Amino acid sequence: MKDIQQVVSETVSDAVIEEKQKLTVTVAPGQLHSLISALYAHEALPFDYLISLTGMDWGDKLGVIYLLSSSRDLSKEIVVITATDDRDNPLLYSVTDMYETAHLNEREVYALFGIRFINNPDMRRFLLSDDWKGFPLRKDYDGDPAHNPITIVNKEIVDIAPRIMEDAGGNLMESTVKIFDEEDYIINIGPQHPSTHGVMHFRTALDGEIVKKIDVKSGYIHRGIEKLCESLTYPQILHFTDRLDYLSANINRHALCMCVEKAAGIEVPPRAQYIRVIMDELNRISSHLLAFAAHCNDLGATTAFIYGMREREYILDIFDKTCGGRLIINQDVVGGVMFDIYGDFRKDVNAFIPYMREKLKEYDDFFSHNAIVLRRMVGVGRLSREDAISYAVTGPAGRGSGWSCDVRKHKPYSLYDQIEFKEVIRLEGDSYARYLNRLEEIEESLHLIEQLIDNIPEGDVLATVKPVLRLPEGQYFQNVETGKGEFGVFIESKGEKYPYRVKFRSPSMAAVSVMPLICKEELLSDFIGIGGSMDYVIPDIDR
Amino acid sequence: MDVKNIKIKDFPAEEFKDNDTLQAYIDQLNAGGTQVIVGKLDQMVNWGRANSLWPLAFATSCCGIEFMAAAAAHYDLARFGMEVSRNSPRQADLMVVAGTIVNKMAPLIRRVYDQMAEPKYVVAMGACAISGGPFVNSYHVVNGVDKIIPVDVYIPGCPPRPESLFYGLLQLQRKVKVEKFFGNRHICANVTNETNVRM
Amino acid sequence: MNYNQPLELTGLLSHLDIFFRNNLPPFWASLVESILVLITILAAYAVIALILIYAERKITAFFQARLGPNRLGKYGSIQSIADMIKILIKEIIHINRVDRFLFYAAPFFVICSSVMAFGAIPFGKGLQAVDFNMGIVYLLTVSSLGVIGVLLAGWSSNNKYSMIGAMRSGAQFISYELSAAFALMTVVVMTGTMQLSEIVENQRYAWNIFNGHLPAIVAFVIYLISGHAETNRAPFDLPEAEGELTAGYHTEYSGMQFGFYYLAEYLNMFIIAAVATTVFLGGWMPFQLKGMDTFNQIMWYIPSYVWFIGKTAMLVFISLWVRWSFPRLRIDLLLNLEWKYLLPINLVNIIAMVVTVLAGWTLTGLFPNIFGITP
Repeated sequence: MKDIQQVVSETVSDAVIEEKQKLTVTVAPGQLHSLISALYAHEALPFDYLISLTGMDWGDKLGVIYLLSSSRDLSKEIVVITATDDRDNPLLYSVTDMYETAHLNEREVYALFGIRFINNPDMRRFLLSDDWKGFPLRKDYDGDPAHNPITIVNKEIVDIAPRIMEDAGGNLMESTVKIFDEEDYIINIGPQHPSTHGVMHFRTALDGEIVKKIDVKSGYIHRGIEKLCESLTYPQILHFTDRLDYLSANINRHALCMCVEKAAGIEVPPRAQYIRVIMDELNRISSHLLAFAAHCNDLGATTAFIYGMREREYILDIFDKTCGGRLIINQDVVGGVMFDIYGDFRKDVNAFIPYMREKLKEYDDFFSHNAIVLRRMVGVGRLSREDAISYAVTGPAGRGSGWSCDVRKHKPYSLYDQIEFKEVIRLEGDSYARYLNRLEEIEESLHLIEQLIDNIPEGDVLATVKPVLRLPEGQYFQNVETGKGEFGVFIESKGEKYPYRVKFRSPSMAAVSVMPLICKEELLSDFIGIGGSMDYVIPDIDR
Repeated sequence: MDVKNIKIKDFPAEEFKDNDTLQAYIDQLNAGGTQVIVGKLDQMVNWGRANSLWPLAFATSCCGIEFMAAAAAHYDLARFGMEVSRNSPRQADLMVVAGTIVNKMAPLIRRVYDQMAEPKYVVAMGACAISGGPFVNSYHVVNGVDKIIPVDVYIPGCPPRPESLFYGLLQLQRKVKVEKFFGNRHICANVTNETNVRM
Repeated sequence: MNYNQPLELTGLLSHLDIFFRNNLPPFWASLVESILVLITILAAYAVIALILIYAERKITAFFQARLGPNRLGKYGSIQSIADMIKILIKEIIHINRVDRFLFYAAPFFVICSSVMAFGAIPFGKGLQAVDFNMGIVYLLTVSSLGVIGVLLAGWSSNNKYSMIGAMRSGAQFISYELSAAFALMTVVVMTGTMQLSEIVENQRYAWNIFNGHLPAIVAFVIYLISGHAETNRAPFDLPEAEGELTAGYHTEYSGMQFGFYYLAEYLNMFIIAAVATTVFLGGWMPFQLKGMDTFNQIMWYIPSYVWFIGKTAMLVFISLWVRWSFPRLRIDLLLNLEWKYLLPINLVNIIAMVVTVLAGWTLTGLFPNIFGITP
């Protein structure tokens, strides 16, 4: 990383370089683009993976925090911070020319903070509707519902995007661009549609049955969780993470707990670590099972859907017996876990493992090699490795494109550096690779649980934690691998008992942002099938 | 598993087990002021309607997954004849609002509700649909779906277990059974839309 | 050979006929009889649809490790009646900006075509309303009328999902109609008649599927596939495609208009199975072996309509089995299957059948003593 520091100081001489939890570089807005370009083009370690893009309001300044990493070595991370004083018309340079994933993220920052990005070709608000008054995540936002009353009147959808472009002479020009042609046959898939896995809205232009263009719209379940977090204490925030990606509820919660624990210097007892990891892996299996089920359902195989749900119930029963919850289990808390495992926990899990293996064979016999399934999945929705990195698609989908991006391997947390498991990678990048990846990851998770289940150490499950938790001033990051990909928590603390800013990095957002690319020129039916193979959860995107 | 002593205001714990009182209540409501033939016809119509509630899952978040679980192998919504899940609102009888409704969704849920054919019922599943749930203080959340559309049955929980969903749906069946199709229609309107009868 | 047939309805029907003809002028007699037949057919139509809906829900449940409806009646057996009551009194929404006349006419096309096809099926000995000498052509014609209803529904609904569904449906119907027709024609080549009653009669000792052995079996399988496709059921349910088009061509229909589509879907499944039974599996004819009178007598004790329903039910079950096992095809795969595989196979198969018949390689041709009808 010395090398990197040198690159930074060579490119931008007055950059402030700090060694905090991660290497942090603060630059002026004008130099941001050249710095990130230099990092992006670095030969030995190109920072070509934009993990997250976080809007910030520091009171006097508005800014953005970029968390960059390299696809060659995910453990190398760098934080780039920039901020502008202009609160009335904040402008920053876009990084969409390097990172495709920045498109939706920058639009989100515009909706929530009002920062506009120069050279982003589409500067509509993401999440919020176009006529929303105010920027909710700014500290001076007036939350009076009178400004934005709830209406039941339908609005016309306007397909015109504003943008600010810089020409060769450095002049800024505002213009608009039409998203669709006049003659396009546009259908709205979503927000209320059986196969969008929630309330995503794809405005789709069709040529006969062939998808010409997709415009992703979101925000139909934007609940403002990040704003809510700013007025709650750390233990109170925990339950929000469960309701982001509810299928990986426990893993999300694990991330936030670890982030807070690291910041506050709390040591988690080993027994609690074991319980957390076992629960995480069970959660991952249930998430993958639901993904399998929903994918089958999208392809029209209702029976396979029911089979997936049937096996999932066994895991939910184990959760139920442990802590009374099924989908959302509220098991992890800061300092350990809330409930110890029950007496027959080991027996139940040990019985589940062979049962699940047998059922995986059944899925293979019943579904995976079916002629129709093969024709509808093999070679459909191809995503190349470069695109996967540029769009920051992680999880089984990213690994299906040949990108080794498992956080458990590259940035091991909790117990993952002590146990042996295989990272499942396929090179095809099509729907079928993603589908098989999930089934194989279930197998790997079973293998992981097998190693842990009989070795759970005795002891406490909860460390003593101060009743009022204050994190020292600073910025804290923690990333974990959920069922969908890399989930990240970012906390900025000012030393109060409330966080100053919380941001969740959503793996599903990347999965959705890549849909227009991989569905282009595919048939409408395949569009639905590809959506199933990407396995996104909408509340995770909207937060 | 027995229900333990749950303390809910206005809802004595015995009533969780006491279906006879509810049944008596229904009989009493049905008996009031109808002719024999009309009454019998009403009974038949209500029997049909109550036992053939085809749901439209308006699933926005976590509760939607529990709705799916309720329809799948372990719990099986089909036992009550409710598995014919219609995705077109025109053909559905019952809208299960499963999940948070936010400002941006409000016009759309109203539109879907308006597209449904009479008789139509709405079940608010989960804390978010009832009141906004954990997100009640947010800037972009509707605090209860009943601000937009009339709700017949509220099912608390975050998310409610499939058993709770069944309990709620069975209560909805009871509610349907006191309607009057041939008899006085005003009573019918009162029952469904205004007095959200405690049962 | 005349066997004892205690449970057949032929006697009862001829008594009725004689009663009417004796007591009424000839015109009125036939009018009353026609009306009675019409009522019977409509009632049977509704009852069979309800039974099929119940059967499908229950069988599906067992495929999917569930219980299925079990609250109304024993094993939920009157579940469909509750559905029927509900759907009969459900509101029919009047939608602005639809092509009103076509919108209301469309469900009737679908239901009429399936009732017309239903009426021509021989359900048992003497249980056939009309017996055209061009029976098979008639069946093919009226059953393909249904697509008009589907296309009109998609067009008039003024809904993009419906439109896509209808267009898919048009392509699908027209393609698979060809295969179905050719498969039936293969049998016509063998039997030399298109009259359903004669076709059944010819299969006394050798069902067509055995009589024409290889070409007949190929034709049978192709007919089942293309028939299944014509009924718009998974894996060929593209016009509805729940996951893609919400409800496809009938998205905008509510109440009984939707009910018509729902009924017709199930009845078409029954009709396809019934035609396959009649043409390939001997129709209502009991299983008989030439010369074994005792055995044949036992078979004849089971009335012909039970034979018919039994064989049809078996085919319906296969249809359900397929429907709940396979994922949905894509439109290009669907058309590939028809135009690249089924149709060429079919054409070759017809020639094979012609050769078989001309060379006398059918079972009746090879072993007239065992399988021939005339002694």
